[in-house]
Amino acid sequence: MLELRSVSARYGSFQALFDVSLDVRAGEAVAVLGPNGAGKTTLLRVISGLLPVAAGELTMEGRSLLDLPPHRIIETGIAHVLENRRLFPRMSVEENLKMGAFIRGARARFRERLDVVYELFPRMAERRDQFAGTLSGGEQQMCAIGRALMSGPKILLMDEPSAGLAPVIVEQVFGLVDRLRGEGYTVLIVEQNVQQVLQLVDRAYLLEVGSIKTSGSAAELAADETLRRAYIGI
Amino acid sequence: MTGRRLQYAGLAVLVALPFVGVPEYYMHILVLILIWGFVYTAWAIMGRFGLVSLGHGAFLGIGAYTVALAWNLLGLTPWLGIPLGVGLAVLVAVVIGYPCFRFRVVGHYFALVTLALGEVVRLTIVALRDHTGGSLGLTPNRYGEGTSLYALQFADKEVFYVIALLLWLAGIWIWRRVDASMARFAMDALSEDEDAAASVGVHVTAQKLRITMLSAALTALGGGVYAQYLLYVNPGTVSGIGVSLQIVFAAIAGGMFTALGPTVGAMITIVLAETLRIAIGTEVIGLDTTIYGVMLILFIIFLPKGVLGGLIELYERRTAGGAGAMAGKREVGGGA
Repeated sequence: MLELRSVSARYGSFQALFDVSLDVRAGEAVAVLGPNGAGKTTLLRVISGLLPVAAGELTMEGRSLLDLPPHRIIETGIAHVLENRRLFPRMSVEENLKMGAFIRGARARFRERLDVVYELFPRMAERRDQFAGTLSGGEQQMCAIGRALMSGPKILLMDEPSAGLAPVIVEQVFGLVDRLRGEGYTVLIVEQNVQQVLQLVDRAYLLEVGSIKTSGSAAELAADETLRRAYIGI
Repeated sequence: MTGRRLQYAGLAVLVALPFVGVPEYYMHILVLILIWGFVYTAWAIMGRFGLVSLGHGAFLGIGAYTVALAWNLLGLTPWLGIPLGVGLAVLVAVVIGYPCFRFRVVGHYFALVTLALGEVVRLTIVALRDHTGGSLGLTPNRYGEGTSLYALQFADKEVFYVIALLLWLAGIWIWRRVDASMARFAMDALSEDEDAAASVGVHVTAQKLRITMLSAALTALGGGVYAQYLLYVNPGTVSGIGVSLQIVFAAIAGGMFTALGPTVGAMITIVLAETLRIAIGTEVIGLDTTIYGVMLILFIIFLPKGVLGGLIELYERRTAGGAGAMAGKREVGGGA
């Protein structure tokens, strides 16, 4: 479904990604793991067009995304849940969700999708008139995921959904991701929380200083000695 | 609803005014309030979304000078001169706005760019003194007896009052249209978080550019009408820092988040300036403008949502009785 071939990206003169190749098949959940500064966020920003590709090929269902601006990429079915939620704090929950359905193709189905999101996250229905900035961290993550779902995506890019949340809330958030998988969404998730995320996904890539170090099924990586030592500490 | 009835009543009064023999001086003040109210509204159409322009004098000046120069030098009727000025202002807005928005020049940096733009236009007008009359200003040539639809010149203040009223109503109508549109949501969203707005599919550059073009066009239109009304344009009064800041202050003082806020700003600033000017006169030079400045600062500090915005908030808080979810929502909004 989503395919990256030798993708490089840079911030000015600083190269952040080196020849990254990665693919996500329909219905899969794939994780990109790695430490701070490895380029995980950059990778997602490149896919959703917030950062241009410096070299390489990037396709969604066989269609190149290289020349597409972000507002066209989302129309191909890629929704990005940004790092740190990034809600519109002074808009209500429902207005945030409404913004999620901003693209032309999604506006007509706004009501229908709103019901889907409220069914998925009843808490959001309870808080629909509340300013998004006043939600708790876990609720904000729900709202951010809900907002991404409003565009009717085929694949959901999630950037560290567990960041800055209490352990019990992290548990809940991963529960949400699991439910999304159950709903048939394809998920590409970026995480530092290696142990928990490996229980959730089918496959994973390990990204270090901008290049893919290793990849494999979740079970393989969970058993990998070097990975265990470096990231799980057992 | 009483609100709607109040609106019609207010409109009826405004329409009736020229027929009841209002003294000329007050008619003049009313026309000024309507024209400036329109210009302040045009500024606030983009200003409310965090696109704070400190250089709207540029667009005002382009509108005013284009119509006057087209008339004097080319004999072009203001009916064509005004659209020409509007077109030029939009062109300048694109030339300045596109690179700013494309390369994410936001906040203070954007304000500085616009500040420079206002000065560039003023200095250009002064520098072209052979045609524009430089800092002495320019007087459009009188046509015939002084009243002509073709030349858009009217000896009667009442006629211009009607023109200014129509202009102002158009401005409020456009504001409402923008306010009810999806673009308003997009602008609200990107003024809060540009990346997040881009991530949900808002074309940030295009969206900002469109609202800036609209604001510039309306401001230039106001400038053109202002020139026709006074039949005198001066680089200091239609362009440059002074008038640019006056636009910002008045719109903020009145309340830039409500349709009528900028107009209230025009009423307050013009009435205040006139009252102070008459009360103090020329005995202590500069005292009136000093008091005017101090009062504006006080308005802005103590009524951050503007006079009208503050009053509306007070009224809503009263009627809501301070309880319920909505009141809680407002608290948060007022605090930030």
